[in-house]
Amino acid sequence: MANEKDKRHILSMLVDNQPGVLSRVAGFFSSRGFNIDSLCVSETHDPLISRITLVAMGDMAVLEQIKKQLNKLINVIKVLDFTDVDYVERETALVKLRAKPEHRAEILRMTDIFRSRVVDVGSDFYTVEITGDEGKINAFLKLVKHMGIKEIARTGLVALGREKK
Amino acid sequence: MCQPKIINQKGGILIKLTGAQIVLKTLQEEGVDVIFGFPGGAVVDIYDELVKTDIRHITVRHEQGAVHAADGYTRASGKVGVCLVTSGPGATNTVSGIASAYMDSIPIVVLTGQVPTDLIGNDAFQEVDIVGITRPCTKHNYLVKRVEDLGKILKEAFYVAQSGRPGPVLVDLPKDVIKGSTPYRPIKQVHLRSYNPTYEPNFRQLPKAAALIKEAKRPMILTGGGAILSKASEALRTLAWKIQAPVASTLMGMGAFPGSDPLWLGMIGMHGTYRANMSSAACDLLIAVGVRFSDRVTGKVEKFAPNARIIHIDIDPTSIRKNIPVSIPIVGDCRLTLEKLNALLDTEELGDLTGQRKPWLDQIQEWKATKTLTYVQDEVIKPQYVVEKLCEITNGEAIITTEVGQNQMWAAQYYQFNQPNCFITSGGLGCMGFGFPAAIGAQVAFPDRLVVDIAGDGSIQMNIQEMATAMQYRLPVKIIVLNNSCLGMVRQWQELFYDRRYAHTQMEATPDFVRLAEAYGAVGLRATRPKEVAPVLKKGLSHPGLVIMDFVVEKEECVYPMVPAGAPITDMLLV
Repeated sequence: MANEKDKRHILSMLVDNQPGVLSRVAGFFSSRGFNIDSLCVSETHDPLISRITLVAMGDMAVLEQIKKQLNKLINVIKVLDFTDVDYVERETALVKLRAKPEHRAEILRMTDIFRSRVVDVGSDFYTVEITGDEGKINAFLKLVKHMGIKEIARTGLVALGREKK
Repeated sequence: MCQPKIINQKGGILIKLTGAQIVLKTLQEEGVDVIFGFPGGAVVDIYDELVKTDIRHITVRHEQGAVHAADGYTRASGKVGVCLVTSGPGATNTVSGIASAYMDSIPIVVLTGQVPTDLIGNDAFQEVDIVGITRPCTKHNYLVKRVEDLGKILKEAFYVAQSGRPGPVLVDLPKDVIKGSTPYRPIKQVHLRSYNPTYEPNFRQLPKAAALIKEAKRPMILTGGGAILSKASEALRTLAWKIQAPVASTLMGMGAFPGSDPLWLGMIGMHGTYRANMSSAACDLLIAVGVRFSDRVTGKVEKFAPNARIIHIDIDPTSIRKNIPVSIPIVGDCRLTLEKLNALLDTEELGDLTGQRKPWLDQIQEWKATKTLTYVQDEVIKPQYVVEKLCEITNGEAIITTEVGQNQMWAAQYYQFNQPNCFITSGGLGCMGFGFPAAIGAQVAFPDRLVVDIAGDGSIQMNIQEMATAMQYRLPVKIIVLNNSCLGMVRQWQELFYDRRYAHTQMEATPDFVRLAEAYGAVGLRATRPKEVAPVLKKGLSHPGLVIMDFVVEKEECVYPMVPAGAPITDMLLV
């Protein structure tokens, strides 16, 4: 699907905290054949409002159109596109690693280097919690892959724009 | 309504109403005087209250008919049409009608029954997730979970349907919400934090538009459904004459600009007139008013209006630059924007336009001389001849609805529309079976006007059951069947692009429409020869009740001009 024109877009939306809203938003992407790479939804400090952070790859012009149409939805209050602005992004992953005796020390070393921590441990596994931007998490996964990943759960990206200093 | 309970709350008196009573109270507050619907178990409580009010109910024979009728009522009258159907199949039967209204931006409110809230998701009898099903084809929809929210949601539904770019809104009403009761507070105003349509055009854009208009040598105006929805006809005519620009229209915009006006070019697009399509290719300024540049209008997008700068006025920002790049986008209500633009142009020196425009308008006259809306009337009736005769006999003053296909195109090409809201057709969705129920809705809105459904023998059979509805409520709709015993438009494509392989487009078992009309208690007439056309029309149109006029027409007649799908709209097949 992806071609050269495609660009990674991080959209951040404030929406009414109601059933069906997520389906409306996701529907715009699915009906145009866009895959959503990551999606994170949670309540904001105002319980009536949720924030949806969504990452999708796609053609700029088509995404512009999707943004306009998202804005048109009755339940969408605001749409922000972080593609060309300054922002901070974070993601958390829980990674359950096979921990053979010969790998246990290395896993702990990696965990230390990446400033992550072990949150669950058993005779043959470690579960590591790691937080950072997408790049950091991908780098960690690349380095521990050969030891054997049993399971992964990632939260999906969250992001906020930077304020002018 | 039944005896309300009076209760005291904070010193004030509030009336306790059931959900069903709240539904009807809101409808009355919104000025609704007619509902198109079909009863069922999930909505029987609403019907039980409905009979206690003076709101009229038109019981259709199929729920799709109810939605199309509400849609036709809205297009003819400008008032929001309302449908009431039961849960499950009642709700799913409305989907085509809702999708058609959505594509054409028609404000209707559809109320569907639903199983009680505690059964939702349990595969209960006649349960369907209609809110999920209609999410992509409604402007907005609601599932009411608590009777306390009902009044507010219904009020919002009417507001959302009519405001901004209009559209259908569906409200799903679970049985326990309808049966529950709550103290009723009338809601005066609707406020939606996230929904504020722009009506006023941006004041910076108008002078830019005026500057382009002053520079233009070959301007042209293109109007669409938005011009009718915003009631912009008057302002549109003023602008056209002020700047001496010819006007073409999309299928949806027919009637916004009078067909009798010398500046009229006709319909544009796949079956547009020669001069309209040629003008769009030659103009240096295109003022688009309430159009969305559908593929049937533009043909090959890259070749559309290649020499023109485009001013695009539309209330919906997503319509602008969706298909066609635009020089001056103006988001706003078409009527308001045109009025302001006219006022601005009044303050500018436009010079001797009649002189300046002469070469351009002369060129258009030359194109006009290439008469492409022609046919040869020999011993078999030509469908175009029937529509032309109809226009002549009715002075172009009837409300015309159409089905979809060749009948729709001939109606648009050969009937002269001088008023808005008189041409009612399923433009975007192209929904066969639309015309007859829509005619019923239009006739309900205007009992004394002549309402004619121009149909084909294929389309009319898709909602023929509504004959009984028209009979029951004495709605004197006139149906014209252009009967070629086949699905004409698809057959035309097969003739032109598929080596005449008429795969499954032949309707070998078409019913006898005269006897069918009689079976319903209506009048049926038939014409098989050209000289019978006018007498049958005169007799049928003057009859005070429902009439089917069956015109046995040339089978292999094609709609011309025709632009093959995906070609530039100047590549027209003319005969």
